[in-house]
Amino acid sequence: MKNRINWTATILIALGSLLILFPLYMAVVVALKNPVEMARSILSPPIHWHLENFTRAIAMTDFFQALANSAMITVIAVTFTLLTNSMVAYAIARNLNRRFFKFLYYYFISAMFIPFPLIMLPIVKETSALEMNHPLGLSLLYIVYGLSLNIFIYVGYIRSIPRELEEAAIMDGASTWSVFWKVIFPLLAPINATVGILTCLWTWNDFMLPLIVLNEPEMATLPLKQYIFQGQFSTDYNTAFASYLLALSPLVLIYLFAQRWIINGVTKGALK
Amino acid sequence: MRRRRMAFYIMTVPAFLLFFAFHTFPALQGIYYSLTDWNGYRPTYHFIGLKNYWLLLNDEDVLHSYLFTFKYAIVATIIVNVLSLLIALGLNAKIPFRNFFRAVYFLPNILSILIVGFIFNYLFGQVIPELGQKWGISFLSSNILGNEKWAWVGIVIVGVWQSIAFNTILYLAGLQTIPDELYEAASLDGAGKWRQFRFITFPLIAPFFTINMVLAMKNNLNVFDHVIAMTGGGPGRATESIAVLIYQGGFTGGEFSYQSANAVIFLLVIVTLTFIQLKFLQKREMEM
Repeated sequence: MKNRINWTATILIALGSLLILFPLYMAVVVALKNPVEMARSILSPPIHWHLENFTRAIAMTDFFQALANSAMITVIAVTFTLLTNSMVAYAIARNLNRRFFKFLYYYFISAMFIPFPLIMLPIVKETSALEMNHPLGLSLLYIVYGLSLNIFIYVGYIRSIPRELEEAAIMDGASTWSVFWKVIFPLLAPINATVGILTCLWTWNDFMLPLIVLNEPEMATLPLKQYIFQGQFSTDYNTAFASYLLALSPLVLIYLFAQRWIINGVTKGALK
Repeated sequence: MRRRRMAFYIMTVPAFLLFFAFHTFPALQGIYYSLTDWNGYRPTYHFIGLKNYWLLLNDEDVLHSYLFTFKYAIVATIIVNVLSLLIALGLNAKIPFRNFFRAVYFLPNILSILIVGFIFNYLFGQVIPELGQKWGISFLSSNILGNEKWAWVGIVIVGVWQSIAFNTILYLAGLQTIPDELYEAASLDGAGKWRQFRFITFPLIAPFFTINMVLAMKNNLNVFDHVIAMTGGGPGRATESIAVLIYQGGFTGGEFSYQSANAVIFLLVIVTLTFIQLKFLQKREMEM
């Protein structure tokens, strides 16, 4: 009984997965055709591959510039999120019996409930007054805003790490800093993967913050670039879809190679 | 000991200050501006008390954006949770290519909602109408997003398509915490599939149900990218969500302080709703 394949579930899951894949198939097909082929049949696979759609999209949206911006913002945000947010969480997790740290814990977590529209208008004033309306400033915002959720994820995990591990190091005269970097941080690897993946997905795909913070077209991230050029694409679906695929492809490629690892990372965060 | 304590402060105080400067301070500013008549760029402004709030209560556009946002959030939250629980059950069952299907179902979660919205825009605007005409099905032959009455359904479809992935993963994580022996014992006692789900699976994943409902509701209430990508709030103002209204009114409509007041009300609504949801769902968890 245990080893029998459940065929009803298999068929339903397979049908459902077609609903996921169909829009993506359509996007690939449109990106590879030209208007003449599209007029003949809207969904059939392309007869000739019109790769010039992609070269046109690259030139129109300045793809490599946007790719570099997105990559820089994401790499900086993920790296410093892991290094700083874990440290803040460690200090909080080990001092929850003290008033200041307990306050910090609830302060960061309760900020999760503040809807972004409330700070959307003032933060634009603030970032432009501080001249932070560029990719680096944006990265800083991601690192800071991530604290809310990340403190929640990290603190739960750190509290499950037995204190004895640290006490041995403390007896040997290690400072709090070296306890954190040499004992705790390496133990955080699985949860760092979770936080890193979630931060990466968020910063790479985010549209709202770049929309309001960045004000020069050459600073635009990949999603923002698609939005800026939307008007110019309006009738040229083939170039537009080539451009969308280009913007989606870096993460999709990474996902193809690391999907099991990525899904497990997200699941681990959910279980804590 | 003192040095130890000092280190913990050095670890946290900068983060606290930065968070205050870039999150709490703007939030407080937003609350303050909501009591003024500032349009966002004029050099001077006046304190006008609660006038913005009073005007908001009688503003049909605002009322309309709340109706759309709630309709969207409630429908999308229910559909997402039902479907993702079903998918998680399916992916947890004994099926071939399980890892492949898991990977497929998680795929939408790594895609930008804005671009997904653009892709669906084409699907609703070009592909479905053409197929509808070809097959002679009249209700498919026009663009649903251009229909004032039905455009919101198009946005729900995109929202559901994209966010099912994450909820499915959370449910799947929950299902994997349930030991197999429970099901074996239940089936020995003659419990059918439905009774097993009703009395074992569902109660045991209750905490995951709570988290999923609260998270999905909160995310759905903030719906923004989907609307910007697909309708821009139209046709008319049929799909203008609260976040879209605050953005558009605040940045380009000269309603900075007015929309700040709207955002304050939105904050109160979200906090109240989350508390009600948590209280209600957690009570249910304990009773089960």
